[in-house]
Amino acid sequence: MYWNARMECMPKDELRRHQFRELKTLVYRLYSFNNFYHDRMKEQGVHPDDIQSLEDIRKLPFMHKQDLRDNYPTKMFTSSREEVVRYHVSSGTTGKPTLVGYTAQDIDFWTDSLARALTSIGIGTDDVVQVSYGYGLFTGGLGLHYGAERVGATVLPASVGNTERQLELMIDLDVTAIACTPSYMIHMGEVAKKLGIDFQRDTKLRKAILGAEPWSEGMRQHIQDNLGIEAYDIYGTSELSGPMFTECEERNGIHIWSDVAIVEIIDPETEEPVPDGEIGELVITVLKKEAMPMIRYRIRDLTYALEDKCECGRTSTRIGRISGRTDDMLIIRGINVFPSQVEHTLMNIPEVGEQFMIILDRKGALDVMTVQVELSPDHFSDKMADMMAIKKKIDSDMKKYLNISVNVELMDPGSLPRFEGKAKRVVDKRVF
Amino acid sequence: MPQRHVIKQISVFVNNEPGRLAKIARMLSEEGIDICAFNIAEASGFGVFRAIVREPDKAYAKLKERGIIVKETEVIAIPMQDRPGGLFEAAAVLGEAGINIEYGYAYSGKGGATFFIRVDDTEAAIKTLLDRGVKLMHEGDL
Repeated sequence: MYWNARMECMPKDELRRHQFRELKTLVYRLYSFNNFYHDRMKEQGVHPDDIQSLEDIRKLPFMHKQDLRDNYPTKMFTSSREEVVRYHVSSGTTGKPTLVGYTAQDIDFWTDSLARALTSIGIGTDDVVQVSYGYGLFTGGLGLHYGAERVGATVLPASVGNTERQLELMIDLDVTAIACTPSYMIHMGEVAKKLGIDFQRDTKLRKAILGAEPWSEGMRQHIQDNLGIEAYDIYGTSELSGPMFTECEERNGIHIWSDVAIVEIIDPETEEPVPDGEIGELVITVLKKEAMPMIRYRIRDLTYALEDKCECGRTSTRIGRISGRTDDMLIIRGINVFPSQVEHTLMNIPEVGEQFMIILDRKGALDVMTVQVELSPDHFSDKMADMMAIKKKIDSDMKKYLNISVNVELMDPGSLPRFEGKAKRVVDKRVF
Repeated sequence: MPQRHVIKQISVFVNNEPGRLAKIARMLSEEGIDICAFNIAEASGFGVFRAIVREPDKAYAKLKERGIIVKETEVIAIPMQDRPGGLFEAAAVLGEAGINIEYGYAYSGKGGATFFIRVDDTEAAIKTLLDRGVKLMHEGDL
């Protein structure tokens, strides 16, 4: 089942011609009508006439999150206030907040992109979709809400929090799919277990659309095995409109609709494209966006591109699982470590739970990384040798996977913080 | 069913948060659990608190209810002479019988001293000790 078979299955070369036409139009429009883009292109010494092929996109300047902050609130908008129908504001965890504006057409394209995505994972009129992303300034709740309504599903706008009530509604209303963060899915699973609710036996839930924070393949396996549901990865950021793209039923990469966006993968240092299939920083150009166009936006997520035709028949570029962010990368004793690597390691160790915290400190001149994990009650032993074996196993798995030694602290179950929104698992006490 | 020659022990996981042991001890006191003997094994970052209590099943259930990681295991209790050489006599039997002790601890009460041992193969150890004429205590003897 396709939502828009023509665009989703268009032959690759035809798609590329389509992308080029759209890019050319976009560049002309921005150069002519917007001060910010005009000045940027001038600075870079590039004129719209220089864009002669799709590859010429590399001549265009990059955009960064800082540009959105510097031009807060609306200096980058290319539509008038009268044309803008909605604002979303992203949380300012790393500085000033950023504002994104949408015209009616922007909302329509965003919703359409999600309608294609939801259709590709088999969600339609037969489904009841519980949207457990935050509603409000965050794009997750409203984005999924509109997308699920468009494919004709029944939407339960649950938002975040009040997990017991969410579970009750899930059962009463025969919810078949849920959209939330992976950490909230795990939290729900824990609460359900405590209440004696078995997802397989007591609910109709079969699919979970999880994202808005980095997660690992190990976490997917864990969720699928424990809750007996299929977990799908969703991708987007507020600068692109919001969550826009998901995996299809093949679960082999996230489809980035080629008529909607151009994907580039670059080396963050040299800013040159990486060889095909290699991991680098994702750069996205959104081809159809009115209020706040995005050209070569540096998202800071690390991934790789898959250009072959998917088994599902769709021809779009796909991206692999996000393996980290260039800005959540931790540098410990000169070695790059991503929290997602820690998560992946822990997911494969049955003796500990899925919650963890990373604490960074400095002893003398040396960085010390401590990973706190919850011991699984089933694996507790009164014999110290057994306990030491568990600790040693975690130590050596961490060392093998992260290439550095970490301090592992075993904690009581339930003693580490749970997150309902984006998880914040790193505490950096180092003084630089 | 004949009474087994073992005593129940409860073991509790204690992480290295300050005051953690006090918290567990307070829970036991609030539940009116009487501790006869205990022992703490520690490693970097965590410890294991093991105790012989008057009502092990109740203690186990109450601690579990409060979300504490707790485990019930069986240990062998050997009465010792409460005089110089008492430990030597008990230990010598174990050594001669080739019983490998995981860990052990003792208590000295009104009725004499007791040596609690945790071994790998409890059934085999009981048989060997009984065959050698060693007296072993039962649940309720304390």
